[in-house]
Parts: sequence; structure tokens; C-alpha cells
Amino acid sequence: MHPVLKIIVQRLALGGFSLLAVSAVIFFSVSLLPGDYARNILGQSATPEAVANLRHDLALDRPAPERYGRWLLAAARGDFGTSFSGRDGGHGRAVSALVLPRFFNTLVLAALAALVAIPAALLLGIAAAIARGRAADRLINAVALTFVAMPEFLIAYVLIYWLAVRAGLFPPLASIHEDMSWGQRLHRLALPVLTLSFVVLAHILRMTRASLSELLGRPWMETALLKGLPRRRRIVHHALPNAWGPIINIVAFNIAWLITGVVVTEVVFVYPGIGQLMVDAVRSRDIPVVQACALIFAAVYIGLNLAADIIAIVTNPRLLHPK
Amino acid sequence: MTSRGLHFSPRRERVTAGRILAAAIVWLYVLTALLGPWIAPYGEAQISAEPFAPWSAAHWLGTDQLGRDFLSRLVFGMRNSLFLALAITIASFALGGSLGLLAAAGPRLADQILSRLVDVFMALPALIFALMLLAIFGTGAAQLIVVIAALDATRVFRLTRALAMREAALEYVEAARLRGESLVWIMGREILPNITGPLLAEAGMRFAFVFLTIATLSFLGLGLQPPAADLGSMVRETATLITYGDFTPLIPALVIAILAGAVNFLIDGYQAQPVPGGDDG
Amino acid sequence: MGEAPLLDIRGLSITTAAGAPVLRDVHLHLRRGEVLGLVGESGSGKTTLGLAALGHVRAGLARAAGRVWFDGEELFGIPPAQLAGVRAARMAYVAQSAQTAFNPAHRLTNQIIEAAVFHGLMDEKTARARALADQARLGLPEPEKLGRRYPHQVSGGQLQRVMTAMAMQTRPGLIVFDEPTTALDVTTQARVLLAMKRLLAQSGAAALFITHDLAVVAQMAQRICILHKGRIVEENATEAILAHPAHPVTRNLWAVRQAQRTARAGGKTLLEARNLTAGYGRGKDILHDVCLRIASGRTVAVVGESGSGKTTLGRVICGLLEPRSGTMRLDGAPLPGLLRQRGKSLRRRIRFVHQSAETALNPAHRARDILARPLRLFEALRGAALAARIEGLMRMVELDPALLPRRTGQLSGGQRQRLALARALAGGPDLVICDEVTSSLDKVIQREILGLLARLQEETGVSYLFITHDMDTVRAIADEVIVMAGGRIVEQGLRDAVLDTPQSEHTKRLLACAPRPQPGWLETAASTAREQER
Repeated sequence: MHPVLKIIVQRLALGGFSLLAVSAVIFFSVSLLPGDYARNILGQSATPEAVANLRHDLALDRPAPERYGRWLLAAARGDFGTSFSGRDGGHGRAVSALVLPRFFNTLVLAALAALVAIPAALLLGIAAAIARGRAADRLINAVALTFVAMPEFLIAYVLIYWLAVRAGLFPPLASIHEDMSWGQRLHRLALPVLTLSFVVLAHILRMTRASLSELLGRPWMETALLKGLPRRRRIVHHALPNAWGPIINIVAFNIAWLITGVVVTEVVFVYPGIGQLMVDAVRSRDIPVVQACALIFAAVYIGLNLAADIIAIVTNPRLLHPK
Repeated sequence: MTSRGLHFSPRRERVTAGRILAAAIVWLYVLTALLGPWIAPYGEAQISAEPFAPWSAAHWLGTDQLGRDFLSRLVFGMRNSLFLALAITIASFALGGSLGLLAAAGPRLADQILSRLVDVFMALPALIFALMLLAIFGTGAAQLIVVIAALDATRVFRLTRALAMREAALEYVEAARLRGESLVWIMGREILPNITGPLLAEAGMRFAFVFLTIATLSFLGLGLQPPAADLGSMVRETATLITYGDFTPLIPALVIAILAGAVNFLIDGYQAQPVPGGDDG
Repeated sequence: MGEAPLLDIRGLSITTAAGAPVLRDVHLHLRRGEVLGLVGESGSGKTTLGLAALGHVRAGLARAAGRVWFDGEELFGIPPAQLAGVRAARMAYVAQSAQTAFNPAHRLTNQIIEAAVFHGLMDEKTARARALADQARLGLPEPEKLGRRYPHQVSGGQLQRVMTAMAMQTRPGLIVFDEPTTALDVTTQARVLLAMKRLLAQSGAAALFITHDLAVVAQMAQRICILHKGRIVEENATEAILAHPAHPVTRNLWAVRQAQRTARAGGKTLLEARNLTAGYGRGKDILHDVCLRIASGRTVAVVGESGSGKTTLGRVICGLLEPRSGTMRLDGAPLPGLLRQRGKSLRRRIRFVHQSAETALNPAHRARDILARPLRLFEALRGAALAARIEGLMRMVELDPALLPRRTGQLSGGQRQRLALARALAGGPDLVICDEVTSSLDKVIQREILGLLARLQEETGVSYLFITHDMDTVRAIADEVIVMAGGRIVEQGLRDAVLDTPQSEHTKRLLACAPRPQPGWLETAASTAREQER
């Protein structure tokens, strides 16, 4: 087997293992809670029958590994159990019915933001690295540093204040529903996408700049200079082919910011995505929903990191052409 | 001409007007936090006027949705967030730092166990993890400290381990082993003094980051329990004013951003650059 | 003067950004087809001068004054595009480490021909044909196959030759060689040097050959400049410099060769090792069946090329690596292989000195802490007695006790190595393992340290296991010699016997390939090296 293939298979296995481990952490964290889980959820005033009923509903009378196995298998089929909210009336909703449509909305938002932010960040980061130490670089870096220091909701509200309230260009909220056209959706999504883009942009930009300036200082860049190659050729033909690995890693690294940003942005703009759902569930301590959201975020995060890892591997000449 | 400064800092940065300003801002925050109760015109939870009162001589920044003085809430919120962030940073460095040193200098097995464990904890974005744990444990100052410190410790662990690994490969550590020095001596007296510089820089970064995380969580309604003031929830609770063209709710957010920005600016250039995947060269 | 020189550097001064001088008022000229040697110790500014000859000043440095004329053009006065054209067509650079000087993302032949094709100096087909021919002439096997490889797939010695081929591609008028063979083993060095010399002679290019080794450059250059602290202190024809070095700096370049000491035989056995076999982790054996004896108060030198197992042997004896089999005895008593099983007194009796004192001394510690720690540990000294012993140790290694409050990073290279020696001697050891302790130092300081080691041996009766790759160092210090190759001892015995009448082919090759200034050495050495390889 080609060594690269072997590494990829190893990474895939590692990714699967990570997801499994994270799912275990998500499931078993609940047991960290002191005292009885059902009692905790229902509160001290609940009747013993209610507690016993809930224990039975949640299969708390079964051993923990068995419950974990069942939960995991069900989750793999898209069944995350029943939400706590509305359970008292006996019409608790299936978690998957709550989560899946919102997951799609979140994907739309995040993908649009990534589409705007990543190319812009890479271009600016490369520009800053090439102009290292000059005025343009210092300006780009200072602006990025400012954005890194801003809480996501500040960016969101500043955009709302200027673009929605003052200029009236976009609606301040991003509530969407099924029968809206894509044009309307995009119009409503403009501010959330912009907010999220700024959040991710600053981080990717700074890392790209750092990583590329390190690359530009390598001895073989000096060789290219002394061979009489002009600047453009050195950057495009010598620096960039070696930059893909680090850049892809940087993008993957910043998926964490994208996910964090998604949660806050959705709350600010009241956008019906999985982030807002999770925050609401956390506030009302609706554990099954929280676990489902966490598992989905984990799967996306691990999956994207894995993809980046594999791309970085197949673009690395040292691995592609072993000794 | 013996220098007693941070002789291990990667490069000495120039003292610029910007840096002096940033340092002044940080000191201003520290002073305000320390003197908060004496500076604030009203009490932390004191209702002193009608809700959403406009700016006036009695209430410089108006009042919030319950009629509490906004400026006083701002001072107390800053004080609370600052102390909370400080406690979390110290806790996460104590935990993550010592485990990171152990992983780098101690037995291979300890490193493997700790590293795999941290890998699992880092396979989930910190905020999502924090949200989940807060859902289980409920909200409050103690929960915030434990949850954020534990999650932050994983990042500190990674950095400390990486820095210490680099040192542990150097011959002076081998020389210490050849003398028969104990693990504690090697961790504390040989390696630690050589990574203090980047660790301090990282502590600054992490402090700013924790400060932002607390703000984010409290903005999401998962911060301190009312009536304790915190900056994030002040923004959320008064956000409706923004749609009327009043930017008062943004002031707490700006207060957060200015501190985080000042700390970042002070540290920029000192820290070990976060370059993932830089190991293939 | 006649014809105008090809390269004419006038009054060149280069400083760091902070203003510290790197080059001071350097005047240098080079005729067409001439090879000029540029010799200097580390920090003399020779690389900076070599790059300046190509019109390049590295980031962090600045040209304060002076001009560089090359073939009628002032390199610092022409626009970048024109300079790039000159570099591509008429000048070239061969870096010290070819391993880092090639772009890891491109195949070798593509890198060789890139500049020539990019600037339209020749079409790709011609360029490729020439690249292959040059590689063949440089003695590279299967150039076509080699050229399709990536840099990390090729050995250092081969890469250095590929880099030379790259430099020759456009048949430039000037090539700057920057320590092109320093990173190579002596046998590889001889072959690469000869290949470079022949190709230079055939092409008629002029060359600036930068090195710290006078013997190497004597083989290549017609004329030699000695650079010291950014200034040219001596310049003369090669024969003249070798025969009558005028400047003390030049004479110091031979410092180690001049240090000789009479070898002593006999002595009672201190350490005896039998049938040592060792390797790292689960890897294969690095040491095979090694037997040796170190006498009390004597120096045993272990020589060999990189990968011969000499460093591994040192690590096994000091306890850093547990042997897979074999026994060691110290003064007749068994010596455990594992450091943890050696008690405090054994750890005190066998000490280790690393090659680079810069990394072997904790930069966060002060000189006083460095010496106090082993004294506390091994001799339980405290208070005034401790302070007195620390000062005594400093005087013993000829260091001023006023340096005690300094951090180790604030000491010079020579001072640091003395401090490291003092630390090793602190507990009163019986055996000190010295792992290439002089090889990263300047020649003068090397001689000083070697002299100090000899004196300390006479005073304290300590034994040394001295690991080195340098034959001059062996002559200066050893009583007995062990020659290693491929993890085995190929020859051992009294120094003069081994060096003067070598029995094994390996020893003969090592001796033949150690650079000598005598004319014809290079040709002999290269042919010896080639013969052995077959």
C-alpha cells in the first residue's frame, strides 16, 4: 500500500476514534452531576412517581454502558430521543425534528460566511506577509488585531446599528421561514454572514501572515532570489506550493471560531439555526437537545479537520514521494 | 551589565507610544476594578430610577431595563469579569502548565495518556463544550470558573508541552539527568525558567480570551446569576435600544473589546506564534 | 593591472540594523577564471561578503557604504529586474546546506533549469540536456532518475553536487561557494571538492570559495583572503600564505595542527567494556560487539565518520543508553548499564561533556548555579566551603571568578566550554566523556581547550574518552585511538601506531581524506575515497 494511503487510513481511523471518544464524553458528562439525574431535572418538588417515570423513560434503570450503546446507535440513525420541553403534557417532540431543519439553516449561514471570509483572509494575509514590516502590513495587522479583540456580538450590533438602523439597508433580524425565496433569504442573511465573516477573517488572516512570513524566510527562498527569479515568480512558484499545507491547516484550525461565531451570531439575529437552539436548550437544561447539538457540532468539526488533514497530506511532497 | 529582564523573550520589542497607551489602558482597568465600589455612583443592584432612563447628570449613561444605573453596573460588571477571568487564567495555567511540563519531561506513558486525553477534549470547540457542561451543572460563578479553566487548561497544556519538549531535547536537560536530578527539579528548575517568557505572553493572550469567553457566555444568558452585574448580559438585556438608534448597549461591549485589544496589542510579537502544521519543514 | 577585474568590491561596509559592523571597508577583486579563497572563523562576516558579491544583503543587515562592480555593472545601483537578469545569466551561488537550499516542492532537474528557461536563456530541451550532462560530469549516478527526485529523497553529498550543477547551468562568470562541503563527511568532502574543482577548470568560471578550513581552500584557490571580524587582514597567493602566513589570525588557523603532545602508554585499567551491543528503541543495532579499555589518567580518542557509532558508544558508557548485551566494569566492579541503577558515587565518577556548551548549560542559570549544583549533589558542600570550591574550579579552568554572577548566555563560546568542563570536574570524576567538545569552536579556542584538557589531566589524573572526527585533534590529545565504522571498532591501539602505520582500510581512508594543504592531496584523497566505495 502506498505510504500516503496508509497515513490517510490511519487518519480516518483516528477521526472515527475521536468522534467515538467525544460522544462518550458528551454522554457520560451527565453522570458527573452529583445526585440523581431525574431528580435534578425535575427539581426537588417533583413527586416520587414523576421521578420514577422519568427514570424509566430515560432507561436510567439500565446500566450506563448499555444506555450509551443504545443512544449512540439511535443517534447514528438520526434519532436523538425526545426533548424535555413539553414532556410534562405528554407531547415532547423528537429531538431530530427540532435539530435537523435548523442544522441545514446553520450550514447555509456558515458556508456563506466561509465563502466570503476565507478567500478574503488568505488574500489579505498573503499580501501582509509579502509587505511584511511595511505600512500596509502594519495597517492590516492592526485592523485584524482589533477584530480579534472584539466580542462577536459587538461586531454584530455595530453592523446592525450602522447598516440596519442607520442606513436601513438590511433587516436587523434574520428570521426566515420555509416559503421564502432564496433572494429574500440572502437579503436577510447579509448581516449574519458579514458578522461571521469578520470573526473568522481576522483569525485566519493573522495566522496566514505568520505562517507565510516564516516560509518566506526559508533558505530556499534565498536560493530562488539568487537564481535571479523576480518577486512574483518566487511567491507564486516557490512560496505558494509549500504554503498549501499550512494554509489548509489554518483554515481547519479556525473552524472552531466559525462554530463559536455561529452560536453568537444566531442568537443576536434570532436566526433559526442549531446554535440558537443549543443556547435555548442549555438555558432550559433540555439535556437531550444539548447532547444532540454537541454531537452534531463535534461531527462537523472533526470531519472538517479530518478533510483538511488529508488535503495537507496529499499536498506534502515529502509524504507523496517517500525515500 | 547583568540584565535581570525576560532574557528569554524571542526578540525585544521597541517601547512605542502604542505600547505605553495599551499598558496605561490595562492599568486603568485594574484600578477601576480594585476601586469599583468606591467609584460607582450607585450600588450594584440598586434600583435608582425608572427603566431605560436616558443619559442625565444623575445617571451619566442612563439606566437599564430595571432602572439600575448603567454606569455603576458597568463598573461592577467590569470588576466581576476581570476577577473571574483572572481566577480562571491562574487556575488553567496551574493545571495545564504543570501537566504540560510533566508530559514533556516525565515518562513517555504519562505523555501519551495526557496527550490523548487532551486530544479528545479538543475535538470539540471550547464554547460548545462549555455550553454542554453549563447545561449539566447550571450557571454561576463557580461553574464558570471550573468549566472554563478546565477547557482552557487543555490549550495551556498543548503550548507548555510543545515549549517544554523543545527544551527537554536540549543537552542541559540531559546533563541534569546524568547528574541524577529528580523529575521535579528538571521540570521546575531546568525547563520552567526557560519557557517563562512565552508562557507569560500566552497567559496574557489567554486572559484576554477568557475575558471574551465570559462575555460571550454571559451574553448568551449563561454567565453570573442576577443581580450580579456582568458586561455580556448588560448588552443582551438592553439590546432593544439599538433598534431605536441608541448605542448605549454597545458601551459594555466596547469596554470588553478595549481591554482585550490592549492586552493583545501589548503581547503581539512576544507570543509563540500559533502556526498549526508548521512541523513539516 | 591590465584587464578590468570581473568582480570589484570597493570600500564595502555592512552593519546590522542596530548599527553593529559586520563588514568593515572591504576591498576585494577577482579576475575572470580565478578562484579566490575567502577564509575566516565563524562570525568573521564571510557569508555576508559572499552574498554581497551577488548584490544581496540579508534582511536585518544594511549596506552602510561601498560598491560592488560585476562585469561593468554596479550591483547595488541597478534596478531589481536588471539585477535578476544578471544573477540568472552570469552569477550563481552554492549554499552550505543544499538540504535546506532546495525547494522541497519541486523536482531537482526542474529547479536546476528554472532560471535559465524562465529568463529565456535557452529552451527547455537544451537546458535539460545540459543539466543531465553536468550532473554526470559531477559524478552523480543515473542523472535522469536523480533529477526526477525531490530534495528530501537525495543524500546531502549528492544534493551538494546537484546544487553545483544548478550553479553551472548558465555557464556563469562567477560562482560563490559558501562552505559547500562543511556539512559533509571527510570522504564525501574529498570527492565533492574534486568534482567542483574539475568542473570549474573546464568551464573557466571565476569563483569565490568561502570556508573556515585553510587546507580545503588551498586545494581550490589560486589566491586567499583572510577575513577577521569583518576586515580582510591578509591577502596573498595560496603558496605564499601557506609558506609565510604574516598575520597572527592566519597563523592561528593552523592552531590545532601545531598542538601536539607525546602519547603515553600503559596505566592501570579504569574502565573495561566487553562485547557491547546497543541500539535505540526497537531499531536495529547501532553498536556491534564493542570491546575497549580505558587506562587511568590517559586519553582514548574515538574517531569515525557520522553514523559510525562513536557518539552511541559515549552514550552507552555514561549510562544514557542501556546496552542490549555486554558488560562494563569500572575499577574492576560491575558498572550497571542503566543510569537509574548507578548510585550517586558512580554518577559522580563518570561525567559527560557535550559538544555544544551553548545548549549544554542552562541559559537561565548563572555560572555560580552551574558549578554549585554538582558540588551540593555529589559532595554535599554548603556555605563558605562551597563558595571556596566554586572559585577554585573557576581558577582551575582559567576563568575569572568575577564571571560567576553572569548567566551562561552572557559568556563567550570558549568561556562556556570551560564552564562546562569545570562542571564535569566538580565532583572529582575518574572518567570524563568528551563528545566533540571542540568541534564547534574557533581554531584558536580549540587549541586552548585542548591544552586545558591536557593540563587538567596531569593535575587530577582524570581519564578522557574523547569522541571526535578530526585527526588533528586526535594528534593533539590522544594516548590511544579507537577507529570506528558501521558500529564496529575497526582498529585500536596506541596513537602513533594507528596514525603512522594504519592497518585497516577505514583508517587509511580517514587519514587520506583529512584535508591537507599539500598540492595533489585532493586528487589522492578523492581516488582513495572512490576506491573504498567500490
